[in-house]
Amino acid sequence: MRLWFARNNGALFALFLFIAMFSVYVGKNGVGLRVGLVTAVADKGVLLALVAMAQTLPILTSGLDLSVGMIFVLTNCIASAILSGPLWLVAAGIVAVLLSGVACGAINGALVVYGRLQPIIATLATGAVYHGLALIVRPIPGGSMEPTLAKALTNQTLGVIPTTLVILLAVVLVVWVPFQLTTTGRGCYAIGSSESAAYMTGIAVRRSRLAAYMLAGLLAAIGGLLLTAMTLSGDASATGGGIYTLSSIAAVVIGGTSLMGGVGGAIGSIFGAFVLRAVSDLLFVFDIEPLVQPFIQGLILLGAVSLGAIRVLRAPNRLEFLGVGR
Amino acid sequence: MAQANLSAPFWRMEGISKQYGGVRALENVGLTVERSRIHAVLGENGAGKSTLIKIMSGVVQPDSGIMELENRPVRFASPADAMRSGVVSIFQELSLVPDLTVAENICAPEPPRRFGLIDRRAQRRRAESLLARVHCEDVHPDEVVRNLPLSRRQMIEIARALGRATKLLILDEATSALTAADVERIYAILDRLRTEGLAIVYISHRMREISAFADDCSIFRNGRHVESFSKGGKSGDEIVKLIIGRDYKDVYPDKSAHAPAEAPILEVVNLNWGARLAGIDLTVRKGEIVGLGGLDGQGQRELLLALFGVLRGVEARIKVHGRPKQINSPRDAKRRSVGMALIPEDRKSEGLVLPLSVRYNISLAAINRFARGGFIRTRAETEAVKGALRTLSIHARGADVPVGTLSGGNQQKVVIAKWLIRQPRILLLSDPTRGIDVGTKQEIYKLLRKLADSGKGILLYSTDYAELIGCCDRVMMLYEGRIVRELAGDALTEQKILAAALNLPEEEVTAGETAH
Repeated sequence: MRLWFARNNGALFALFLFIAMFSVYVGKNGVGLRVGLVTAVADKGVLLALVAMAQTLPILTSGLDLSVGMIFVLTNCIASAILSGPLWLVAAGIVAVLLSGVACGAINGALVVYGRLQPIIATLATGAVYHGLALIVRPIPGGSMEPTLAKALTNQTLGVIPTTLVILLAVVLVVWVPFQLTTTGRGCYAIGSSESAAYMTGIAVRRSRLAAYMLAGLLAAIGGLLLTAMTLSGDASATGGGIYTLSSIAAVVIGGTSLMGGVGGAIGSIFGAFVLRAVSDLLFVFDIEPLVQPFIQGLILLGAVSLGAIRVLRAPNRLEFLGVGR
Repeated sequence: MAQANLSAPFWRMEGISKQYGGVRALENVGLTVERSRIHAVLGENGAGKSTLIKIMSGVVQPDSGIMELENRPVRFASPADAMRSGVVSIFQELSLVPDLTVAENICAPEPPRRFGLIDRRAQRRRAESLLARVHCEDVHPDEVVRNLPLSRRQMIEIARALGRATKLLILDEATSALTAADVERIYAILDRLRTEGLAIVYISHRMREISAFADDCSIFRNGRHVESFSKGGKSGDEIVKLIIGRDYKDVYPDKSAHAPAEAPILEVVNLNWGARLAGIDLTVRKGEIVGLGGLDGQGQRELLLALFGVLRGVEARIKVHGRPKQINSPRDAKRRSVGMALIPEDRKSEGLVLPLSVRYNISLAAINRFARGGFIRTRAETEAVKGALRTLSIHARGADVPVGTLSGGNQQKVVIAKWLIRQPRILLLSDPTRGIDVGTKQEIYKLLRKLADSGKGILLYSTDYAELIGCCDRVMMLYEGRIVRELAGDALTEQKILAAALNLPEEEVTAGETAH
């Protein structure tokens, strides 16, 4: 039990932070806990949560994926172009959207694993490429999505639970939890913690790293699909993609995953994403001047990350807060 | 047991050569290993043992030569490849993943699975039973490896090797981080594995281990295979002579005849740190080498770190040259008024910046001495570095090669050089000769004595009792964070050190005084 807490205190911290912020938000906005409100909050949070989950995997392998936001945008544009028509075509389209995300991730992974490029620069470049592709697919914002599908993805399940939350839960249960328990998933943690030790142990280093980037592509594509269902259109927005990429890194860190790799997990990143979303919602209900919002948002973000660092500052050995060996 | 061919050796390698850049690491060497035998491989650092082991375990590939396992030619492209053939290695540089749990490490890379997913319960059970086999029941299988001391990690590594379908087990300096009790356990385990029919290749610098249980012995020097012989074929002296290529005597320099009345240079009164260090009183005089002894993990490392200002929340009264001092960080400890230097235990992470050059590493701790107006005067730096390379006889292809390319012994000399260049008055050393060959060890002993004779105070923690006896004027024995006994002069014997390490009462102790 003690060991379990020690391993998960990052994620627990983010969960606690989110609950605190969300309670303040609900208390302050005056309308209480209404289904419409919860759905709106959930929808925004789930999108970032998916992109943050995607970002978690490369970071766990002590890499970084600067293209997740662009994969998210690209799959949004693809979805807005092909997801209409008869049922079988829509179903094939969903598969195609998800596969295109996996393909983007596979390219990233191949560049890092076989091309031996630094992840940060490889994905910076591919991110630009994916954005370019998105612009080709959808030069101006627009497009559509089969209304029944869109409705099914964005409404409430059983009348009260936002469907996007159910989808997020399903992704966690179907993708993340099993992945963590595969040898490949274990390999991702191992190479992030100490690549040489992992190699010496006989762990499939290359396969694990490749899988991390491919899965990142898949998760970003699920996000892109949901975004299309929410907006019923596609938009190849460079700023949108960039903001999602940067926020995803922040969410991962708030969720307790070490940027050095090897420690953390996608669950924490989900809570991290909701914390980030709660920050902007809080600024809204407190009627903060829009012009000062970025400033305050930045300060809050800094504060949240610092709170997480307090654990380390309390370590009795000064070597530990240098992150020696991390 | 499938006996392939009784006349053919179990493992044979022949004509193996390997070159790294311009350096020839191995030249046309061979090695034959039989089942149910422990084969010791001996040699100084840089003799080519590590390269040999790396080739056997698939970490590097030879430039030429053949390898045969059970009379079939083999070629290993990676450690995973070698493991599949049953060749498992335990390395001196530990190959455990620090952020995974003990159970996860033990079961990697092939954990028990159900429906394709890792079965955590089965994994835990397997880990528990393997830990029990190496008598490490005190290690929790869910603990993260990073939180465990070096000696436990080594045992975990051995437990992991036991869990694999191992035919040929290679241990590279497996006991260098272990306590005496653990070493005994490993002997017992290896003995059992030998009767089970495993072939074992064993690398160690501890001569006593070799004579205790090796069946065969191969000696390497300068990348060449010098000689192989069976147990009893050579005397200990002959073996050492073969290893270093010259006579080996007077390992330890004479202890100085300094009067004990010499002024104390470092006085520590009532040092406490949480529950880990309690009521430590300690004095180091000018010209004295004071040893810290005891079982591994009794607070010796922490004591050195506490003195050097690395630990938080240390309560102590510390006097340097009779003047009270507050040391809250390594920066404080370095100050001219204190003049402390710490040679850390793990040279790879705390002692050196591996990818950077020898020059950069040596001048790093003293960098502001070479600076004027914030800029480094490279000429002064070069002079100092050259001087250091000379005095310590560090073998490197120039001062600008990355320090990571040097052999272990030379790396350790660079760590020492880095601090000596600051001319410290108090030298703290944490197991400085771990994993270093006899030749370099001897040089380091001589150097320490020379430094002491020049008026410095030295505090030396060593896991090697012979080293404490040979080098130190006095030895403080620690047990559970306290100094339980001080041994000096004639009382400094292996037997008494052992008794004190286990905190056993020993009536014969007369010359030493008991602190508690």
